[in-house]
Amino acid sequence: MASLELQRQIEDFYAAYVETLDDGDLEKWPDFFVEDAIYKVIPRENYARNLPLATMRYESRNMLRDRVVTIQKTILHAPRYMRHMLSNIRIHRDEGGVLDVRANYLVLQTLVEQPTTVFSTGRYLDTVVRDGNGFLFKQRLVVFDSELVPNSLIYPL
Amino acid sequence: MNVMRNDLVGRHWPEGGHTRVPYWVYSDPEIYALEQERIFGGPSYSYVALECEIPNPGDYKRTQIGDRPVVITRDAEGQINAVVNRCAHRGVQFCQQHLGNTKEFICPYHQWAYDLKGNLLGVPLRRGFKKQGGMPDDFKLEDHGLRKLKVAVRNGVIFASFDMAMPSLEDYIGPNMLKYFDRVFDGRGLKVLGYSRQRIPSNWKLMFENIKDPYHASLMHVFLVSFGLFRMDQPSAVEMDATGMHSVLVNRRAEAPAAGNEATSEMRSFVNLKLQDPTLLQPKKEFPGDATVVMQTLWPNIIIQQQSNTLAMRQMVTQGPNAFDLMWTFFGYADDDEDMTTRRLRQANLMGPAGYVSADDSEVMQFSQVGIAPYPDDVAVIEMGGRETEDQPHTITEVALRAFYKHYRTVMGL
Repeated sequence: MASLELQRQIEDFYAAYVETLDDGDLEKWPDFFVEDAIYKVIPRENYARNLPLATMRYESRNMLRDRVVTIQKTILHAPRYMRHMLSNIRIHRDEGGVLDVRANYLVLQTLVEQPTTVFSTGRYLDTVVRDGNGFLFKQRLVVFDSELVPNSLIYPL
Repeated sequence: MNVMRNDLVGRHWPEGGHTRVPYWVYSDPEIYALEQERIFGGPSYSYVALECEIPNPGDYKRTQIGDRPVVITRDAEGQINAVVNRCAHRGVQFCQQHLGNTKEFICPYHQWAYDLKGNLLGVPLRRGFKKQGGMPDDFKLEDHGLRKLKVAVRNGVIFASFDMAMPSLEDYIGPNMLKYFDRVFDGRGLKVLGYSRQRIPSNWKLMFENIKDPYHASLMHVFLVSFGLFRMDQPSAVEMDATGMHSVLVNRRAEAPAAGNEATSEMRSFVNLKLQDPTLLQPKKEFPGDATVVMQTLWPNIIIQQQSNTLAMRQMVTQGPNAFDLMWTFFGYADDDEDMTTRRLRQANLMGPAGYVSADDSEVMQFSQVGIAPYPDDVAVIEMGGRETEDQPHTITEVALRAFYKHYRTVMGL
């Protein structure tokens, strides 16, 4: 069982990630990852069947930066707010400075002149490494339950 | 026979024939109901599965043709069958899994049991109990099987039809379109890489129109244009079958991507982009000829995507006039090496609900639907590239949309 202090630090790191996305500070999103990070958004059915296809598959911090630039400059999309809710943040393993952390998430979406709806829910399956006094994601797998993405997935989860 | 149904649905196609599309075709529930009957339930072959999804006897896949749930099976003899996902007794949808393997289908309600061909094997309490109840003496199992569909398979791709009198799949696709179909499905074994599913809040026809419309591709898709993946200044073509119901867009990758020129100056949204990590986009030539993009639409429900090394079936499942589900099955070949599989998975970032290209489409289709639906009596104009419906050796055209609506009107009797 992780110490209370470590649990608190990890929860703070997770909250900061969510706050960055929900506040729309997209440029800062890649800074939560190591340079050769893996970030994938995966439909649960693919994950369950060991099928390798991901809805987003980025294999470096620079690919995450490319996503940010394309959201800002190339991808046509309706304006929207996203809001993340996190729960069940749990450190499953802590070995040699590498943590396996899992969490549940719920993301709500609000489109122009529309009521807020559930956009996605699922699990974060993460590998987190220590970085100075803080942490970085070495790998973040976002495995979503939703059988159908409500139209488009523009912003990262 | 196709009776003219104008009066039945109270709709009249506007002047201008196939150069005009009345907006009521995208939102009228009666038109939608007629489409289910005439198009998806009528004389057409719908894509339903890849053979490699159900490789073994007993394997099945649940899917839909238009509104109608069906199950595709491989029986004990290895043959492929398609049956409705609806018990012959009281209509219960008996199959609830995307994919699976079973010896028989048993309806959970009254346990009627069917083999994988859809034949009724048994009915509990058929003879009653202690001389009470039971089915009438003349009840025959063979009269109460699942409704069967006609099945056609070509090079690993399975199609099904509610019309048992359909001609061969090859005649249906036609020689010119078959040539493009066989380019991707050349007989090699296929391998599913994974699924992606999204619900797009627009009429299903807007998806077909989108893929049949290369005019928008050079303008709206900043990513495609900027990286030279699809450009109107490249050698290209729009081709169709004799009826106009099927089509292909063919394009070639630009030699010097991201270089602004005379053509890109017409593209207001062209931006000089450089990927910080270009490994996302490193296509490798794998098909004969110099085309690098071939997008094929086969009436009435499938888009076959080959953009660089990313291959996918995009199956449309209708959800009323104002929405449809787009079911993506990404695949490669059974003999792909790890390097090619990785390329396909990386380039899949262009496609699907988050795709650098496809997200533009799902978003703009929503804008279309909310623009169209409140104005059913207005019309769309499709005159780019002229008013005709013949093949064209370029992509600055909406010819495949005109051909699509020419065929649509015939099938719908509108």
